[in-house]
Amino acid sequence: MSKQLTGIGASAGIAIAKAFVLENPALEIEEKSINDVDAELDRFNGAVSIAKEELEAIKNHANEQLGEDKAAIFAAHLLVLSDPELLNAVKDKVTNEKVNAESAMNEVSNMFISMFENMDNEYMKERAADIRDVSKRVLAHLLGVTFTTPASITEEVIVLAEDLTPSDTAQLNKQYVKGFATDIGGRTSHSAIMARSMEIPAVVGTKTVTSEEIEGKTVIIDGIDGKVIIGATDEEVASYTKKQEEYETKKQEWAKLVNDATTTKDGKHVELAANIGTPEDVKGVLENGGEGVGLYRTEFLYMGRNELPTEEEQFKAYKEVLEKMDGKPVVIRTLDIGGDKELPYLNLPKEMNPFLGFRAIRLCLEETEIFRTQLRALLRASVYGNLKVMFPMIASVDEFRQAKTMLLDVKEELTGEGVDVSDSIEIGMMVEIPATAAMADVFAKEVDFFSVGTNDLIQYTMAADRMNEKVSYLYQPYNPAILRLVKMVIDAAHKEGKWAGMCGEMAGDQIAIPILLGLGLDEFSMSATSILPARSQMTKLSKEEISSHIDHILSLATNQEVVDYVQEHFATEEL
Amino acid sequence: MAEKNFTVTSESGIHARPATALVNKAGQYSSDVTLEYNGKSVNLKSIMGVMSLGIQQNSEITIKAEGSDADEAISGLTEVMDSEGLGN
Repeated sequence: MSKQLTGIGASAGIAIAKAFVLENPALEIEEKSINDVDAELDRFNGAVSIAKEELEAIKNHANEQLGEDKAAIFAAHLLVLSDPELLNAVKDKVTNEKVNAESAMNEVSNMFISMFENMDNEYMKERAADIRDVSKRVLAHLLGVTFTTPASITEEVIVLAEDLTPSDTAQLNKQYVKGFATDIGGRTSHSAIMARSMEIPAVVGTKTVTSEEIEGKTVIIDGIDGKVIIGATDEEVASYTKKQEEYETKKQEWAKLVNDATTTKDGKHVELAANIGTPEDVKGVLENGGEGVGLYRTEFLYMGRNELPTEEEQFKAYKEVLEKMDGKPVVIRTLDIGGDKELPYLNLPKEMNPFLGFRAIRLCLEETEIFRTQLRALLRASVYGNLKVMFPMIASVDEFRQAKTMLLDVKEELTGEGVDVSDSIEIGMMVEIPATAAMADVFAKEVDFFSVGTNDLIQYTMAADRMNEKVSYLYQPYNPAILRLVKMVIDAAHKEGKWAGMCGEMAGDQIAIPILLGLGLDEFSMSATSILPARSQMTKLSKEEISSHIDHILSLATNQEVVDYVQEHFATEEL
Repeated sequence: MAEKNFTVTSESGIHARPATALVNKAGQYSSDVTLEYNGKSVNLKSIMGVMSLGIQQNSEITIKAEGSDADEAISGLTEVMDSEGLGN
């Protein structure tokens, strides 16, 4: 008997493979006295060598998948396991005090951890986390606890986890991980966004997938309808294989549009761009016919590591994206950290309301060294393509002015050093705080463009935490309140001869697209995989005709009324 | 015994990756190899020892080797300092 769970389809497509549960076990270490010292030392050496083999495998994967830079950390982890200071201390303890290996290891590694934690150098404090990671791996083996990391997967599986952190997802190997399902999360959680950029089917927010008996069973992920089938029967596998083929056929139809410009039925052109997180994502943008990059989330450069990226590293990444996009527009968003995206090495205090706290541009205007380094890298890269710089989380005109002034300062500094900087860089901002939408007419005089970040705009407008399942019903992209704000932004931009784009998930949404087109949105930036379905939909929509419906749509009362109206009157693409 | 002084020129000091290269190299010699910085001396075959020094750009460090292959150790480690862009 199979069991079906419903969640949120986070990344379209069908995947069928064996279940792989990603667990993060808590380890309980008990001190015991031992008699046979040699046997205990053998046990310890055995655990260390298994841990080394695993790390070796992880390192090789990371090398192939993420490049040498990301793999370097695992090489350091391996050396910790060969460190004479650590190993000898544990062995001495076992030999002299006749205690079991796990308690000796735990005590010695805790000593090193606290030594690093107490250093006054921020970078060194973070080394504590590395030692904790490595010793946990050894302890797990000593205790016989199964310990898994996404990078250690070496066969075709569906990953099931309570949640996947951004660094977990960064370790997923597309070759083996056919899809994933999580207990928590929504369409806009990071795991969902990453799944779309990696183009693997995913279902999030299933609530209970990890509490099922699943290890080793066949699992079907239906990222189109948000379903997970556990212990699938032969009939189910057959029927979903068929659905998978149909989806592939549809994709091939869309693929024919890859080199076409995006044109509506009435001959209007709009720009369909993609959201990316790393230079590697550009490949997917081009394969899916993206006309630009509407949002490059630079925070991924800062995440999953232990220190700030240097100017040179950033410069290389920005240059790579600009060059690969070959003159097409590339909107790079400056560091948007804080909220649900933490950087442990910055040691920022925990906040009661991180989404309303010290994040993004607020942090950059305070930590000016971090910001200036990024601006230098961006401006140096500007000569390699069509760069547009965008500031996140702007709440007030003052903040925009400050950020822009810093950018111009840095530009002058670089020019003074004899470095070439492009003279045609547009400087714009995200609109994700309702206050900026309300003031859009004033902002429009000072910015070169707006890009509406709907994920945050919706949560701030509805005052509903998008990570909280209990209030997820308030996450209403089509609520006329949101649509009216979006209209204000687009109208304000056009009045000043500027352009308005959207880089939230809504921009690639089949229900939202007709409305946004009717409102006059110029640029739609979405997951690369949404571009071709959106282009196909655009060919069936008439901008002029929809414009005549806009007043009525904005006067509707609820989210659902808008959805019903769109479905009744305009073409949507069957996904 | 052999020893050599270096000035660290790398922008981010001796952090994870170059530290890894140094420790790996040191491990290839039978000599005892130590790294001295700021009055402290650590075993250069211990990654945690090396990282615990928190060596930043412009630091003056000394590498010492004692044993049968001390001279080879110093020249091997000098090569790593150079190839990793750590200092000279």
